[in-house]
Amino acid sequence: MVPLLQVKDLHTEFRTGAGVVRAVDGVSYAVEQGETVAIVGESGSGKSVSALSILRLISEPPGRITRGEILFLGRDLMALSDEEMRKVRGGDIGMVFQEPMTSLNPVLTIGRQITETIEQHRQTDRAAAHKRAVELLGLVGIADPARRLKQYPHQLSGGMRQRVMVAIAIACDPKLIIADEPTTALDVTIQAQILELMNGLRRQLNVALIIITHNLGVVARYAKRVNVMYAGRIVESGPAAAIYHNPCHPYTIALLRSVPRLDRPRQARLDPVDGQPPDLTRLDQGCAFRPRCRFAVDACANVRPPLHSVGCADHLSACLRGDEIRTVSGPAA
Amino acid sequence: MTAPLTNVPTILEVKGLRKSYPISEGILARRMVAEVKAVDGIDLTIRRGETLGLVGESGCGKTTTGRCILLLERPTAGEILYDGVDLSKLTHKQLQALRPRFQVIFQDPYSSLNPRMKVGQIIAEPMKVHAIEPNASRRAARVRELLSICGLNPNFVDRYPHEMSGGQRQRIGIARALALAPEFIICDEAVSALDVSIQAQIVNLLEDLRERFRLTYLFIAHDLSVVRHLCQRVAVMYLGRIVELADCDELFDNPLHPYTRVLLDAVPVPDPTVEAGRKFRPVKGEVPSPINPPSGCVFHPRCPIAVEGCSRIRPQLREIRPSHWVACSEVR
Repeated sequence: MVPLLQVKDLHTEFRTGAGVVRAVDGVSYAVEQGETVAIVGESGSGKSVSALSILRLISEPPGRITRGEILFLGRDLMALSDEEMRKVRGGDIGMVFQEPMTSLNPVLTIGRQITETIEQHRQTDRAAAHKRAVELLGLVGIADPARRLKQYPHQLSGGMRQRVMVAIAIACDPKLIIADEPTTALDVTIQAQILELMNGLRRQLNVALIIITHNLGVVARYAKRVNVMYAGRIVESGPAAAIYHNPCHPYTIALLRSVPRLDRPRQARLDPVDGQPPDLTRLDQGCAFRPRCRFAVDACANVRPPLHSVGCADHLSACLRGDEIRTVSGPAA
Repeated sequence: MTAPLTNVPTILEVKGLRKSYPISEGILARRMVAEVKAVDGIDLTIRRGETLGLVGESGCGKTTTGRCILLLERPTAGEILYDGVDLSKLTHKQLQALRPRFQVIFQDPYSSLNPRMKVGQIIAEPMKVHAIEPNASRRAARVRELLSICGLNPNFVDRYPHEMSGGQRQRIGIARALALAPEFIICDEAVSALDVSIQAQIVNLLEDLRERFRLTYLFIAHDLSVVRHLCQRVAVMYLGRIVELADCDELFDNPLHPYTRVLLDAVPVPDPTVEAGRKFRPVKGEVPSPINPPSGCVFHPRCPIAVEGCSRIRPQLREIRPSHWVACSEVR
């Protein structure tokens, strides 16, 4: 079966005063129908840019997608005209962004913003679009939809606004939703509500979800498969259980060890990742994680190793010592 | 971890702290139509050498509490006893003389450092203001020392903040807070804006500094796992009030207030197997507005165990077990 989405060898770069930044530097992954895939990484790892590239939302200049294919249901999105691409965005692919306040238009009512999306993509009249908007607000758990539709974004709480964003994302029955840090700006109880809502809708509507986050807990709770990004590349990829219980890239290991956990006894001391995040304008030909890596050897300075399978076929690591590390990392205690 | 502190002298005592902001209407004749009760009567004791965690969601009043303690905001009511002296009664001049003893580290290492000042100037500024080290060369030496204490290269003095990463900037903020050799530091979401790999570095640094300089911290944060790691005691706030206060291990092992439980339950654990085995139901509703807070117990509209009386009677903090305080009428 053809996957819903296949990203192949995607490269996106930005021209900056300090030089060319390869924000996404050869990223490939696939998303099956109805599944949740997480892209995990820290600021500057390229996780958001890779998602925006799928939607061709990179502003040019300074950015540019320099290479790669994005096959959505077998169709290459890179080859589409701007007009065709507009039909895909908000149509087959919905989006939820981090800041609901900045992604909603402050001078339009909630209702108008939802119906606008529907009218853009469906040949419907105002009345039908309005009816659909009421139905959508119900789906995302907003009480008293008729009143809410007349309100403006500033009259809603952060959680409500993000529910509206989800309503817009699912308005045209998408097959895929890309959620970029959907709950980072929200409080933990509201975060839980929004994630449960999105996960419920995913099941109910059989829509696939790409969730981009730095929160390892959120990933563990919802994702079936995980891609870990560092300095523009996927450094480890695999089923969630394999990534968490038997990580095979030193960065993944370091990341998992650096977070204090509520379900474990208190540690005497946290185990941070040493050093600073890499400067993307000054990467050499070696592995970008090398300066911070506890497993680094001389050979790491020569190549940025490609992803290769470790253990099982769908667990990939971009570390020269991936196989060796797999045997020592073991199932995490 | 350090053993729970008992019989340790108190450094700071907050009694009946209130802070409300008026909401006014009218152009010529301004009249107050309502008020936001940001902090609605809290009592706190901070013991010398401990880290007290203050947790809660946005708008619960934790930051306002911190700002009132430092008199960066004038409290509407209440006492702030620092070493027995009520800070809220002091004149500006008297307060200024005490200020070197308490400092603050802010959340955002991008906006809390002046982009036009060099790192060296930023750290030297408090010493200049308080005329602590008038000799320029000794001051410069002290700045370099502070940088190295905070794990930075002393040669960074001539750099600008924009040349630094987020973690490095936060270290500068910490060095600035240490410049006056304070004894009490409020960390207001000091690690929240940092990436996880860097966050752990800063948490470790804060712990080292506490031991090395015998600091006392009020650690204001929303990230419960970091709070649990760093604090000896924890107070949970909701809508301007403290709902639970206990020793750290006791609070996390045995949370009693329904809000604390809801909060802890909402935190996803980085382990897919644990998560798959967990029955999880997010709490309903959102934090109500502090303009018209619910009557009685402020949590009752969202509370899973609320009974009829909860909407009428405001529960007081009661010591349910030794040094475990809970403001809930249903917890026994």
